[in-house]
Order: sequence, then structure tokens, then C-alpha cells
Amino acid sequence: MSFEVDLTKRIGEAEIRVAFSSGPGLTALFGPSGSGKTSLLNMVAGLISPDEGHIRVAGETVFGDGVDLPPEHRRAGYVFQDRRLFPHLSVRANLAYGQRGDTAPLMALEAAARLLGIADLLDRKPATLSGGEAQRVAIGRALLSSPRFLLMDEPLVALDRARAGEIMGLIEKIRDEMRLPILYVTHSPAEVERLATTVVEIAR
Amino acid sequence: MTADDWGIVALSLKVAIVAVLLILPVAFALAWLLARRRFPGWVLVDAIVHLPLVLPPVVTGWILLLLFGRTGPIGGWLERWFGVTVMFRWTGAALAAAVMALPLMVRAIRLSIEAIDPRLEAAARTLGASKARVFRTISLPLAAPGVFAGLVLGFARSLGEFGATISFVSNIPGETQTLPIAIYAAMQMPGGEAQVVRLAAISVALSLAALIASEVMIRRTGARAHVL
Repeated sequence: MSFEVDLTKRIGEAEIRVAFSSGPGLTALFGPSGSGKTSLLNMVAGLISPDEGHIRVAGETVFGDGVDLPPEHRRAGYVFQDRRLFPHLSVRANLAYGQRGDTAPLMALEAAARLLGIADLLDRKPATLSGGEAQRVAIGRALLSSPRFLLMDEPLVALDRARAGEIMGLIEKIRDEMRLPILYVTHSPAEVERLATTVVEIAR
Repeated sequence: MTADDWGIVALSLKVAIVAVLLILPVAFALAWLLARRRFPGWVLVDAIVHLPLVLPPVVTGWILLLLFGRTGPIGGWLERWFGVTVMFRWTGAALAAAVMALPLMVRAIRLSIEAIDPRLEAAARTLGASKARVFRTISLPLAAPGVFAGLVLGFARSLGEFGATISFVSNIPGETQTLPIAIYAAMQMPGGEAQVVRLAAISVALSLAALIASEVMIRRTGARAHVL
């Protein structure tokens, strides 16, 4: 099992109540805005804690049964919807931020940059990038942190069709060749159809 | 410029530099506390930090005198255990300048800490960074323009410090007689007009240089911060 989630969380007036388990591949979280999809990713990443329940990723409990791993020990590769590149660091330093000395990397920084088509941007600052470039840097940064799984929050939302198609190809590669479990938030039926192995529909 | 003038300028610079470096860690810690934490007594801490800004400086100097005088709770302790005193010494002048600079420095640093996007810090955590590393590599560099602005403001304020200094450590040439105090003393003296003009000109030049240097450096970092 890739993701096993059973939790409740109250945020203000809304209550999120989610339970699912999914096999390997890409698990798409599909549902209207405000249904708590991003909050769910934040809970899997360890940025907020569920009120109760459990979260297991690839068999390891990251929350529940008295466990609540801090985010830096969960090894999530989180591609945020708002990208969150570090504005004071170059693209290269952003990509390298999560690299670890203790584990073999999925790929070298230069190889990742070539794959993502950002090899010419390494010395630039994030403020000078276009939306699509910034999104690819965000994906590269997550991949280079030797993640055990990926969390992607609408990674294609600001991209034009051609660029979105390219990134979808890349996500398929990550899913099939690197075999990383992916939890993927989207509004788009086309993305679900092309990428998802499991679809979890979240109602409001 | 006479040798006397140079001595006064050197003493003023020493007092102001030591004052801001001494108080910087305190100012940063207080700014962080006020920006990031809510605790019982928050309003009181905020008010006490700002007190030197609104209190007559003479009163601040008098309070320092009570605390750091030979029989005061801190002064007595310093003398008993370390055999040192700040009374009538340049270190006392630096202490007075530091206390007067504190509120301005806390305000500048706090603004820049409040401007840090906590979502960037969360992103760094997911990339494997401990809280300490996030502070060192994300929060601190992003707050740097504010820290720098605070240093310049504090330095300028220290250079101009008069009331608290003169009531705390008096007017002792070569020890506590900084620029403003020397100018005031020269104004009281028959025939002191020439020295007043020289020292006043130096004051203007130093303040201008500090402001211009800070604007240039802030522009170079590309940060959107202003001392003024």
C-alpha cells in the first residue's frame, strides 16, 4: 500500500474526514475547492496534525499510534501549489536545498536540471522566472531531496497546454521509472484520466 | 580639527559601535519574540521595549543610575563579583546609548521578521531541514535587511544620544564626553563657537554617511527595505 489515510481534522467551521488506501502509482485527490485537499497534503507532509486517525506511507506510520514524525523526517517531496521557491537563493541553491549527504540521490542536480529544461536557469533568482520555469524548479527541488514519496498540489495549474503536456510526461516517468508513490491534487478530469492509478474523490 | 576634536569623534564612534553590537542580539531576540509568539504579558514586554522611546531621556538615565550605581542592584553586583563599574566610564555611555537605541532596532528587525513568509519555512522543513537550519538558512537571511536597517538606525541614535548619557554618566572629557555632549559643553563656554561649528559639521557628515551607506548596501542586496 502506498498511502493509507484515515483521519479527521477540524479547521474552523469545516471538518475534514477522509479515509482511503491506495496502491502504488499516482493517487489523484479529486474534488471541489474547499473540500480540504491541500489540508490533507499538509497533514501527510507533517505541516499540520490531524485531530485523530492515522497516516501511513509505504507501510511506515508517519502519524498515529503515538507517532507524529516532524516534517523533516518524513521525506516528502512536496510540490506546493504556490511553489514557495526561496527568493534569496539562486535556482541552483534552491534545487540543492534538500539534497542529503546520507542517501544516494535519485539523480544528480545537473541531470535533473536537463530533464526539466532548466539547465540554463541555474544562476538566476526565482523572481526572474516565468510561472512555468518556477514550477519546474519546484518539481526539481522536490525530486532532488531524495523523497520517499511525492505530494503535488495542482502542479500544472499555471502552465500553458504545451508545457503542461511536457510536465505530465515527466510525472509519468517519475511514477513508472522511479516508482515513487505520488499523492496528487487536481481539479482537472484530463489530468486524472492521464495520470491517475487510483482516484480518491473528496466530497465537501 | 584639533586633537581634542578627533578624540571626541573617536570616543563617539567607539561608544556608538559598542552600543549597537552589544544590544543587537537582545534586540533580535525581543523582535523575534514579539513577532512570532503570543504569551501572557506580551503587551507589557512590548510596552517596556518601547519605553525609552517615549520616556524623557533624563528619566531613562536616572533609572540606569539607580540600577547600575555602586549601590544599585546590578551595579552593586558587578562591583562585588567582578570589581568593575560602568559609572563615569565610556562603557556606561555605551550602555545608555544601547538602551536608547533598543526600541528603534527592535521595530526595524521586527518588521522584517513579520514580513517573512512562514510558508517558505514550512517548505524548508519538508525538504529535510531542522528548525535550527531553517532559522539559519531561511529566516535569518530573509530578515537581514531589517537587521541591517536596525543597526544603522541604532548607530545613528547612539551617536546622537544626549539626555540619558549625561544624567547617567555625566560629562567627563575623554571618557563620557561624546559629540552631542561636547557640543553642548562648548556652547556654554565663552569662545567655544568655533568648536561648536566644527563638531556640528562632523555630526552632520557622520549621520549623512551612515544613511547613504545603508541605502547603498540595501539597494545592493536587492531587498525592499528602507532605513527611513
